[in-house]
Amino acid sequence: MKNTRNLKDIIFKNLIKLLTNISILVLIGIFLSLIIKSAPILKEKSIIEILFSTKWQPFKKEFGLWTFIISTFYVTIFSLIISVPLCILSSVYLSEYCNKRIKIFFLSIIDILAGIPSVIYGIWGVIIIVPLIKNQIAPFFNASSNGYSLLAGAIVLSVMIFPIIIQITVQVMENVPRELREASIAIGATKWETIKFVVLKKAQPGIIASIIIATSRALGETIAVLMVVGNVIKIPKSVFDPAYPLPALIANNYGEMMSIPLYESAIMLSALILLIIVLAFNVLARIILIRIERKS
Amino acid sequence: MIKRKIEEIVFKILMYSAFITVLISFFIILFTILIKGIPSLNLKMITQTPKGGYYLGKEGGILNAITGSLILACSSTFLSMMISFPIAVFLNVYNKKKSRYVQVIRFSFDVLTGVPSIVYGALGLIVMYFFNLRASLLGGTIAVTLLILPLMCRGIDEVLQMTPKSLLESSYALGSTSLETSFKILLRQCYPGIITTILISFGRGIGDAASVLFTAGFSDNMPGNFLRPAATLPLAIFFQLTSPIKEVQSRAYAAAIILTMIILFISIMSRVISLRFEKYKIK
Repeated sequence: MKNTRNLKDIIFKNLIKLLTNISILVLIGIFLSLIIKSAPILKEKSIIEILFSTKWQPFKKEFGLWTFIISTFYVTIFSLIISVPLCILSSVYLSEYCNKRIKIFFLSIIDILAGIPSVIYGIWGVIIIVPLIKNQIAPFFNASSNGYSLLAGAIVLSVMIFPIIIQITVQVMENVPRELREASIAIGATKWETIKFVVLKKAQPGIIASIIIATSRALGETIAVLMVVGNVIKIPKSVFDPAYPLPALIANNYGEMMSIPLYESAIMLSALILLIIVLAFNVLARIILIRIERKS
Repeated sequence: MIKRKIEEIVFKILMYSAFITVLISFFIILFTILIKGIPSLNLKMITQTPKGGYYLGKEGGILNAITGSLILACSSTFLSMMISFPIAVFLNVYNKKKSRYVQVIRFSFDVLTGVPSIVYGALGLIVMYFFNLRASLLGGTIAVTLLILPLMCRGIDEVLQMTPKSLLESSYALGSTSLETSFKILLRQCYPGIITTILISFGRGIGDAASVLFTAGFSDNMPGNFLRPAATLPLAIFFQLTSPIKEVQSRAYAAAIILTMIILFISIMSRVISLRFEKYKIK
């Protein structure tokens, strides 16, 4: 009796060990195959040429990705410019000033916001943001735009990354020890000064980590951005110009890419570039978060 | 002194307005979808498949997309649960808490959670090439499984980590093996948390468009065969919205309401479940 129980245990242990290792290996294998898939184009052209050329003419075998890379970064940076101040200010308000009920209510709303699919954000962008830019914002700055623009993408993205930044920031700020605040107040600082010099300073690494995670989310967001950003292959000169980020390139070219082998490889390469950028950002953020955890 | 007070007041106003902006943007999203969608929401949408010329504004509904999405999300949630629960058990029961192996695996799943869904779409495509599959329900399932696997693994892992150590130790003290402890004690103690995680992953899976864009394809028929392309709700919304015809566009809004309702339902359910079962937990 005892033996069968132990035997079961050992079998189970080895099975799940195998499963864990296999799933990690399979994941790594798939990532490696992404590299293999993008190899053909790297054989024809140097990586530098592909990255920094702006010529995108798949039928003439020109696969310059620079326009898309720069668009991706513009959209992401503008969304961060909109989102970061708003998020940090409201996180400070949530964790330091407002009463508990509002906080719980708001955080559950933020939870729901985090779960809403990107298509819904995209629709919202098309209905509200695009006409707003076309009719109000662009004329206000004396620019003409049909609304589908870098700015529209940035606004939609900024709303999508609200939950990420707020959730992490509030948590980090709440973990700042009470004694620190009390010490600051005891030497005569006002509440705001305590927040500015003690809480925010202590929470800084966590806030940075949250911003990095949000950045990587923004870099990879596809459908919502694709729907509002205009998708014109040209480096945008102002925020009212259309842009064409990398994820949108991947999503839009799937149908055509099957016919030309090099084309497919170019698309896979852009997926690989996106993956590498996002992985780098994520690794960085996680290392910061792990450090914070170890300290506390 | 006055300057300090003024600074505080200024920042308080700023904070308050930032908070209100965030709150309002949430309600604007919900209300625009509702206001735009409700007029074209009708029973036909959820009881019929697209008839000929549906995308030109003729009769029909999107039952195929709804069922397609549900099947896809259910099967990939099931698949990734079958993989991630054992992994989480392995990490928490069969390994030392702070061992290097556990930390490396946790770290890699954490990092994988951040990989964009379009990349998982491309990865799913590569898996499909490998097995010589075409765009199909099965392909979509593979991509979505890849997408939610890291999320679920880490979610269940977090839940299992919260179990009090004394509970496991009392089970061992009674002579049970690790296997028995995992299924008779750990699973029971943790299942509200696990169900919440599953529901969250399900929501993520059903709402994601970018990963199924290449892999699941699109079709007007009811999904029946895993090897055939199937319509999904996010893609149905996306395609209808890009149509130049007003009628079809407004159907996209209505479909968006359906998707939002599914997501809201899931997220409320997960809250209710975790609240209701909290009391059965041994603290």
